[in-house]
Amino acid sequence: MSQTSHTPTAGGDHSRPSGAVQGPQRRLRLAAYPSLLAMPALLLLIAAMGYPLLTVTLRSFSDPAWGLQNYVWFFSTPVNVTVLWRTFSIAAWVTIVCVIAAYPYAYLMTAVEPRLRLVLILCVLVPFWVSGVVRTLAWVILLQDSGIINSVIRLLGFDGVKLIRTQTGVVIGMAQVLLPFMILPLYSVMRGIDLRLVQAARSLGARPARAFLEIYLPLSLPGVFAGAIIVFILSLGFYITPALLGGPRSTMLSTLVQSQVLSLLNWGRGGAMGVVLLVATFVLLALAAPLMRQRHKQASRS
Amino acid sequence: MTARERGAAIDIKGATKRYGNFTALDDVSLHIEPGEFMTLLGPSGSGKTTTLNVVAGFTDLTAGDLAVGGNSIVALPAHKRNIGVVFQHYALFPHMTVGKNVAYPLTLRGMDKQARDRLVVRALDMVKMADFAHRYPSELSGGQQQRVALARAIVFDPPLLLMDEPLGALDKKLREWLQLEIKRIHRELGTTFVYVTHDQEEALVLSDRIAVFNQGRIEQVGTGRQLYDEPTTLFVAKFIGESTSLRGTAQTSGNETSLTIAGQKIVANGKLAGGGKPVVLLRPEKLSLAGTNTPPAAGQNSLTGEVSEAIYLGSGSKYQVTLRDGSVAIVRSSLEATPFSIGDTVDLRWSVVDAKLLADDDRADMTMT
Repeated sequence: MSQTSHTPTAGGDHSRPSGAVQGPQRRLRLAAYPSLLAMPALLLLIAAMGYPLLTVTLRSFSDPAWGLQNYVWFFSTPVNVTVLWRTFSIAAWVTIVCVIAAYPYAYLMTAVEPRLRLVLILCVLVPFWVSGVVRTLAWVILLQDSGIINSVIRLLGFDGVKLIRTQTGVVIGMAQVLLPFMILPLYSVMRGIDLRLVQAARSLGARPARAFLEIYLPLSLPGVFAGAIIVFILSLGFYITPALLGGPRSTMLSTLVQSQVLSLLNWGRGGAMGVVLLVATFVLLALAAPLMRQRHKQASRS
Repeated sequence: MTARERGAAIDIKGATKRYGNFTALDDVSLHIEPGEFMTLLGPSGSGKTTTLNVVAGFTDLTAGDLAVGGNSIVALPAHKRNIGVVFQHYALFPHMTVGKNVAYPLTLRGMDKQARDRLVVRALDMVKMADFAHRYPSELSGGQQQRVALARAIVFDPPLLLMDEPLGALDKKLREWLQLEIKRIHRELGTTFVYVTHDQEEALVLSDRIAVFNQGRIEQVGTGRQLYDEPTTLFVAKFIGESTSLRGTAQTSGNETSLTIAGQKIVANGKLAGGGKPVVLLRPEKLSLAGTNTPPAAGQNSLTGEVSEAIYLGSGSKYQVTLRDGSVAIVRSSLEATPFSIGDTVDLRWSVVDAKLLADDDRADMTMT
């Protein structure tokens, strides 16, 4: 506030001498400290995220006794390391499948007329409104050995494929559930790409494929990265879909955490698994960060 | 090779483009000389940009033919046409530096790095942007971006350069300066330029010839002077420069047409070839004002009206005179002429030979863009 001579301190100063201008000043106070407006969300995050996370981390070092024994146990048990690796591998596959499926779909959304675009957006959002359990059960029906997919394959004269209780089945199911998280950020980036840039590239002598690869694709990458990170991180923590579609050979880390904490009441080991997953995710994000740093600003459409 | 020989001639023949029921281009034919600076002028939706997109290869024709340098290019896709295009919103690649942007067409042509760098420097020099090669487009102002876009469009030495309202997004001062830059570059390159604009002043500054578009057709093609002095349609007359159009009860006798306007009779030479309703068109500098007590000279027409606006312009004065039938005349008078003020009853005078007789056309009133 420019009319006050002393430096305003955070949290508001009630000691301000009262005067004729106090009314408008009081009203301005909230606007002067925009960080105050974020307080409700911040408090919720601290209460619902920060505190439990701190507890889990603490217990991983202290339960049943202080020390690193839970981490030593985690890395010295081969099945844990295998499952950790498998968790990241499944998340990577789900991300790849989502990018491949979402990219043309999001592009189509930018290219069609508004009414058709609305239909396409609804196609993305409607499954979003259906519970994940229901959608996963739908995949059980489709993927099982006597399900529709296998029936069609046999009808075409091929041998049936084992889909349910395999890693492939888990990837298919998870990719479908997570697809909207890839399509929506991709669409919002693609919508901002000026298609005249592609025309310009064509006028300069670029074949359509080359104009796409050298102009459109690089400009859409921020959307790919944003979507990929969301899908990858959500995949790491998936529980229901791998539990219903997977078998013992496609167990993911969240299932192990669940059995440690809820079945064996071993909070220390479960917490250690969670911390390992969290740290591994941060490391991966740190490695991916330079890829996403862009020197240019996106040119706006108009 | 002289400069003129580097540009290509363009022949558009019977070009028609329909979108469903809407006809964007209606049987447009236009010949452009090699090295000529041709401006396509018209209000928005008149077909000028469609014509440009057809030549660039971004839009297919429904019917008609298009030849550059004598060869039909209708069947060629955009990337094989070798035509430079400058867009209104620059269309620079935001993820490439200025240097990479300008080098892009050369990279596509498989040119080696040394030759490429030399041409990029030359093109950037021509638009006075050589110091900016390592910047990104987002770090440049609008005028600078447009100059880079121009460099990128000329670096591969195309025989034809298309420009779609390239200065439309810039402010007036910058626009006027860039107009002169574009004129200079056109002179230096000798390339054929086709320039789209809705700004008639810009068209007059830049062009060798102007094609005036309206509702998907070409109304008239000619030099700025021809369009101003000898418009063939009322639309062209109203689109280029200021004018006054007079309507009234018409009578034709011999090679003379007379109009009766609110009880006063005026005459104009010639008569309309078709059966249309005649309009007398007058340019502001051909009109003069006089007191109602002075008689008109021989060969002069006179109409009584009231001064409704008087503007002092320094080099002279500009008046709006409301005539008795309600129509408004625009008059430009020199400093020596007797000054009048708002509310004065005056006679509007002009020589019979300075009036232009044109067919009336309601579409002509849609000149505001």
